[in-house]
Amino acid sequence: MQLTEKLISSFLAFELDIDINSPVHTIRAKAIKKFEELGFPNKKLENWKYTSLNRVIKEDYTVFSKKKNVLDFEKVKDYFIDNIESHKIVFVDGFFDPFLSQTSHDGMDICIMSAALNKSKYSETIKKYFNKSANSEDSLTSLNTAFSKEGVYIHIPKNIILEKPIEVIHFATGNEAALMLQPRNLVVVEENSEVEIIESHQSLTVNPIFTNSVTEIFAEKNAKINYYKIQNDVITASLIDNTYISQKRDSNVKVHTFSFGGKLTRNNLNFYQNAQSINSTMNGVTIIDFDQLVDHHTLVHHANPNCESHQDYKGIFSGKSTGVFNGKIIVDKIAQKTNAFQQNNNILLDNNSTINSKPQLEIFADDVKCSHGCTIGQLDQDALFYLRARGIPKKEAKALLTYAFANNVLESVNIPELKYKVKKIIAKKLGVNLGFDL
Amino acid sequence: MLTIDNLHVSVDGKAILNGINLDVRAGEIHAIMGPNGSGKSTLASAVAGNETYEVIKGDILFKGENIIELAPEERAHKGIFLSFQYPIEIPGITVTNFIKTSINSNLKARGENEMSARDMLKKIREKAALLEIDSKFLSRSLNEGFSGGEKKRNEIFQMAMLEPSLSILDETDSGLDIDALKIVANGVNKLKNKNNAIIVITHYQRLLDYIVPDYVHVLHDGKIVKSGSKDLAHELEEKGYDWIK
Repeated sequence: MQLTEKLISSFLAFELDIDINSPVHTIRAKAIKKFEELGFPNKKLENWKYTSLNRVIKEDYTVFSKKKNVLDFEKVKDYFIDNIESHKIVFVDGFFDPFLSQTSHDGMDICIMSAALNKSKYSETIKKYFNKSANSEDSLTSLNTAFSKEGVYIHIPKNIILEKPIEVIHFATGNEAALMLQPRNLVVVEENSEVEIIESHQSLTVNPIFTNSVTEIFAEKNAKINYYKIQNDVITASLIDNTYISQKRDSNVKVHTFSFGGKLTRNNLNFYQNAQSINSTMNGVTIIDFDQLVDHHTLVHHANPNCESHQDYKGIFSGKSTGVFNGKIIVDKIAQKTNAFQQNNNILLDNNSTINSKPQLEIFADDVKCSHGCTIGQLDQDALFYLRARGIPKKEAKALLTYAFANNVLESVNIPELKYKVKKIIAKKLGVNLGFDL
Repeated sequence: MLTIDNLHVSVDGKAILNGINLDVRAGEIHAIMGPNGSGKSTLASAVAGNETYEVIKGDILFKGENIIELAPEERAHKGIFLSFQYPIEIPGITVTNFIKTSINSNLKARGENEMSARDMLKKIREKAALLEIDSKFLSRSLNEGFSGGEKKRNEIFQMAMLEPSLSILDETDSGLDIDALKIVANGVNKLKNKNNAIIVITHYQRLLDYIVPDYVHVLHDGKIVKSGSKDLAHELEEKGYDWIK
């Protein structure tokens, strides 16, 4: 396979560019070996049964973008959240853009991975956390680890409630005919601290873009994290998002994934509960059309007693689009009094759309409450008649019902400006003016 | 206003209505009574345009125009309103947003401007007061978790907002206690005028003590077997439906 070989041979060139004597490089060298051994995943693997990467990896991607395009804020301001004060970490074609960003070192670090990997003052944190929750046996994660160089680095010390959310945007400008990006991100939130992060990947070109991202998130004791992923990229961009969340006692982490775009989007979202009284929440809304594919693979590992997890994923599929939901919950023998809930509801609007939904529960404890539910259907004909009998035309009535279906997942979004933005995208996706203030 | 001529309707190939004839003029209240399964709700659904109900034969004329081929929303735009026997629960849309969308859809279809937010709010407050509806109720999801009485009151609230020419109230009394029944009936009576008409569909005579009909029709096996004045309702209450068959 061409891309696989290109990546492996590029590693030597990559080594010329970085400090190969750093401890992180030992991890990289191991990781490239792992990728060499495994290669890209294929449909023979249980976890990739419904999603083929072939149509993504067939392109001749540039693995390291050489040039760095300049973006004018006016041209891209629509991609930021309106009317909101925020920290910003912005990348353009894989390079940090200091003009579009607003980083901070004021009692905390909201900055970039290249700084964290190269400056000695960060070496302790890197040693403690880097690649500590990412799965070293996973080929795509290993590929990212091997080339880890740039991305987001966020470290919030104890007892800080961050007032402004952090916006992270990865732009691709089309400076290369086809470009592969591999951001590597680390988020550490210490005891009693709270943070909200909004992440998106936005291609500004029709040239193929393939992003293989790895994010490690550590929530220390009683930390609270709200992480929002807005996946509304153009139809020629694909994303594999590997996120690993490691939680300590009394921490609460919520990940909201809004998937409205892209060619192929795969979310590997992994939660590890490493102490008691932990709360983990995963919400998702997927609305896709054409031949788009969105695949959610979630994993919650309940390894301690008295913890909770909540999953609520909604999908609306039109055209020839395909959805995959695979929700794995592991409850260890020791993890008594676990509450684990999982719900996946889907609407297929066309005869050609597909959803593959699979709950996967492995429960070894006996005193637990675990539930899962999955529905696949069309819009309720009685509800449709009810709306039409009130004078709402069929198309709008369908859109309104679809909107209502997705709407309750949005209730848990804390930032009103973000909620408004997402609702606006949903209304646009459904192709109608909903006739009331969102 | 409404003329139903020899209407035959079937559902899944099964004949339910077998030649209904009915004439409703502006300013009138008609009651349609009958035992369960006689076709009362089918008649209501067929007039409102529910596509599950297939018109085999006959015509429905509304304000002189045959509406058999019209979609439900087009019938609504012309001024037909159906108060549902079982209002549908729709989580994720509030009562207010639903009624706003409904009103503006109707105005748009009639070539009129959308209602301003201020006028809308004023009207919502006025009509909610008429039906003794709490403002908190309006920001709840449509019919979700509503009691039977709340659902029916919400239907009449929508009728008050939309001001239709013809309202069909399908079993509006079912699920209502006597206080709620009085509030709903009082609301309906206040909305009644010489330019609109109401068809009340009910199994029992009780509602007709409060919404007094000009005519009462008895439906049996998909046909109107007897028509008369409001006294017919009392007679049915005393004797039951058996004597009419």
